[in-house]
Amino acid sequence: MIHPIPPGTRDILPDEMRELRELQATLLDVFERYGYGQVATPTLEYDEVLQRGEGRGGIGAYRFFDERGDLLALRSDMTIPIARLVASRFAEAEPPLRFCYVGNAYRVIRPQRAQVRQFMHAGIELVGSAAPEGTVEVLEVLSASLDAVGLNRAVLGLGDADLYRQLLAELGVDGEARGRILDRLAEHNLVGLEGEVDEIDGLDAHGRETLLRLPGLRGGAEVLDQARELGGAAVERAAQRLQATYDLLVERGVAERVQLDLGLLRDLGYYTGAIVEIYDPALGHILGGGGRYDDLIGGFGRPMPAAGFGLYLERLHLAQMEEERVAQEDR
Amino acid sequence: MTPPTVEAPRRRLGGPLKLAIPRGALWEETLDALDRIGLDTARMRGDSRSLVFELDGLTLVTMRPSDVPTYVEAGAADLGITGKDVLLEQADRVVYEILDLGYGACRMVLAGRRGDTSLGETERRLGEMRIATKYPRVAERYFEETGRRAEVIEVKGSVELAPIVGLADGIVDLVATGRTLEDNGLEIREEIAASTARLVANRVSHKLRAAEVDNLVERLRPEPS
Repeated sequence: MIHPIPPGTRDILPDEMRELRELQATLLDVFERYGYGQVATPTLEYDEVLQRGEGRGGIGAYRFFDERGDLLALRSDMTIPIARLVASRFAEAEPPLRFCYVGNAYRVIRPQRAQVRQFMHAGIELVGSAAPEGTVEVLEVLSASLDAVGLNRAVLGLGDADLYRQLLAELGVDGEARGRILDRLAEHNLVGLEGEVDEIDGLDAHGRETLLRLPGLRGGAEVLDQARELGGAAVERAAQRLQATYDLLVERGVAERVQLDLGLLRDLGYYTGAIVEIYDPALGHILGGGGRYDDLIGGFGRPMPAAGFGLYLERLHLAQMEEERVAQEDR
Repeated sequence: MTPPTVEAPRRRLGGPLKLAIPRGALWEETLDALDRIGLDTARMRGDSRSLVFELDGLTLVTMRPSDVPTYVEAGAADLGITGKDVLLEQADRVVYEILDLGYGACRMVLAGRRGDTSLGETERRLGEMRIATKYPRVAERYFEETGRRAEVIEVKGSVELAPIVGLADGIVDLVATGRTLEDNGLEIREEIAASTARLVANRVSHKLRAAEVDNLVERLRPEPS
């Protein structure tokens, strides 16, 4: 007899669980080797507390009232609970602090689509270490993690979350137009972006070209020169931040798998500075992401720069399988 | 004669870029656009049975326009061409919309019976209207954004039939010339959105095959009018 489970959830059976467990163990080994201690936080939190960390838009979380009438939420990522944990349990601790996690997170889905409500997330948070050193350490751990699970072809896209906020301020674009442009950039809808940019009153041809050409710049160190040619203080500052990070990545031998990407804008509101997306050529979906969130922990009362990444374990597992298939076809 | 069979490689990176091509209303103009960038599509025009074609270093995968975002989102195609109407209806598909190809121009409209006030009447007396459409999500979003209530009825075939026989007060549909509306005694009441053919990209392909993707985009970019 079949008893249903909610759409977007699933049972994991022994064969898959064995491989997922191995994947988790491999990742945790890498995290520990770099000095990241594992923490676990409750699946349920007070909604009010999680809200402190949510920026523009925020992610749809499942919310409900408990028996006392308090509004609770299922965590929709691991970073905000860890920011909460750092501020309350490590209020006096000497930075930098290094934490890692493996756990389930939950997001509201559209019922029509085969999206998941529950997914396994594994990652690290480096608290109290500023850019560029902190960013580079996080990317180094990420690169080592991908190698350890056999995804040697995986690529790290590195962008800057402040670039467009600062550029739009410099160009004098604010209010609703600013929000719409940031939305189009986050969707990477270049046709819609052009439409919005053409609506801006008083934008000169140069500003227009900068806004339309920047999102297409992605590749090696040369894209920073291409960006600088477009000019402007905001672009220059972002290029300097990325250059400083990139130079350190070259020193640590991680730069080879990093793609600089000025079109990267993640839709999580709390990112500041560096943002990261993870791709594998065998899979059409991103494997995870991360970046800097220098203001997030301050929102919980202990201002400290921070950065981290999170990997979607199920997608990592899928990418491993696809890579094995590619390797077999090549043989 | 057996049609040539082409095995579409699963492997990404290294193999030819896979481009999803819409059969149906955009088919001819899409092949014209491919001809203009130097591909010889003669074989595709004459062959209605094969689904996959190899042309000059590109793998062309043909499908219904509404399937294009599905294939591109999953990375089964690196790039795809489809109408903005399809992208509007499937707004939750994560694909990068990177180029307006300019052709296939049409409008998404709200239409009602010519000379009949029933769209307004039902709204006035019942506080809502009944709208038949093949684009339920576009229709629902439009009425929500304009602060009105509508019962959206999804139909698969000829939408024009619905107001004629009284299934609905009006329709939300795609109009190119307006001939079909006119032939069925309908007229445009409101314009919802304009649509043309768009080039979309898988987000991973757009990053990992940047040079090839950008090259194709520049070749396909229409001359400024």
